[in-house]
Amino acid sequence: MSAQTETAVKAQPAEPLFSKKNRKLLVDPLDSNNPITVQVLGICSALAVTVQVKPAFVMSLGVIFVASFSSLFISLLRNTIPTRIRIIVQLAVVASWVVIVDQVLKAYVYDVSKQLSVFVGLIITNCIIMGRLEAFALGNKPWPSFLDGMGNGIGYGVILIIVAFFRELLGSGSVFGIKLLGADSLTGLPYQGNGLMMLPAGACIVIGLLIWAQRARNGYSEDH
Amino acid sequence: MQQSNFYILAYTVGLTVICGLLLSVTATGLKPRQDENIALEQKKNILASVMTLKETDDVKAIYEKRVKSYVVDFEGEVREGVKAESVVAADEYKKPKEDRLYPVYEIVSETNPNKTEFYVFPVYGFGLWDNIWGFVALQEDMNTIKGVKFEHKGETPGLGARIATEEIQARYVGKKIFEGNEIVSVVMQKGEGQDYSNNPHQVDGMSGATITGKGLNKMLLEYFGGYYNFIKSKINNKISLNQ
Repeated sequence: MSAQTETAVKAQPAEPLFSKKNRKLLVDPLDSNNPITVQVLGICSALAVTVQVKPAFVMSLGVIFVASFSSLFISLLRNTIPTRIRIIVQLAVVASWVVIVDQVLKAYVYDVSKQLSVFVGLIITNCIIMGRLEAFALGNKPWPSFLDGMGNGIGYGVILIIVAFFRELLGSGSVFGIKLLGADSLTGLPYQGNGLMMLPAGACIVIGLLIWAQRARNGYSEDH
Repeated sequence: MQQSNFYILAYTVGLTVICGLLLSVTATGLKPRQDENIALEQKKNILASVMTLKETDDVKAIYEKRVKSYVVDFEGEVREGVKAESVVAADEYKKPKEDRLYPVYEIVSETNPNKTEFYVFPVYGFGLWDNIWGFVALQEDMNTIKGVKFEHKGETPGLGARIATEEIQARYVGKKIFEGNEIVSVVMQKGEGQDYSNNPHQVDGMSGATITGKGLNKMLLEYFGGYYNFIKSKINNKISLNQ
């Protein structure tokens, strides 16, 4: 009996940091359980910040950071949080991280912070972060929660950057601010920017196509 | 225990205090750096309205050497004892036009510090969501725009936020603000893709950001009006010097 307990205790720390289960937490949200294309969460900011690649990229970093650390802290606090006010507690933690990110951006990368303007603040309302806290971090240990938050943040970021890539390319003929299409560009190919791509409606279409393509490839269908 | 009202109350208070403390420490700790960024940004913008700055340029040194600043009032009289850099455009904007302080930044020639090449005026207004501001540089004739630099707080990225891009700002270069003796300013039009190179008072618009453009137009007209007496006195001065 005691020998058994001993092995059990010893076996505990034997789970590697990136065990198969933990890797799955990080990788799943990138494709088969993507928060945007599969769960259709966080669409609002995906429409708003994807006109150009650069703001989309920084926004993604912000969301990855906030999602990981909010999940970590909520998971650390999970046994103390009173159920009746858990949403408020989650909000307070997320909001604190977001304000810290905003302040740090203002102090160290002032240019980017100006470009993102209100959208950093709006990370607070991103349903992906709250969703993961509610669904995962409240019931799991800190490290898996951290990975889960990070995975979902990255899953969100990947889609954001793909959408922004197409919108910037088709809308203004450039990528990362570098002109690729049009008379005065690198390639010199004639191109007239598509105004629709600059508008949120353009993002809606790109995301729609992306969801279609991904679901067709993965053979995913909505449960009835 | 964990569901008792007392626990919940205590938890809330504790959480609020900790978060509050954390945020105020962060904000206060980073404030000097942020203020420094803002001050440097202003100098950079003033210079950028008349010249192209490289990443490696020492903005502070160039500013010291080439910028002569002072403050005038609505009548165009110089106000002694007020530092142009410490005038906060956002605060002045709230006052009626006649009571505002108007900073003037003269950019002097690189070789002759007594020769003014350009006049840079700060402007301030409201776009679609929030405030917009910037600097307008006039040539020595006080009529032709040498360059503009616009900034914004909350315009939509990719739409109204484009006012902060070189693409939009370049459209203002060479435009004129006077029609005879009247200030007509430069007006951004609705719609994008037209050629306004023959019209000295119009520039191409921004598709999807018409209201930001309107705010821009209002801001420019209002501030050219505010500097009108100063501009006039400079022009008259020049005429009398030439005679």
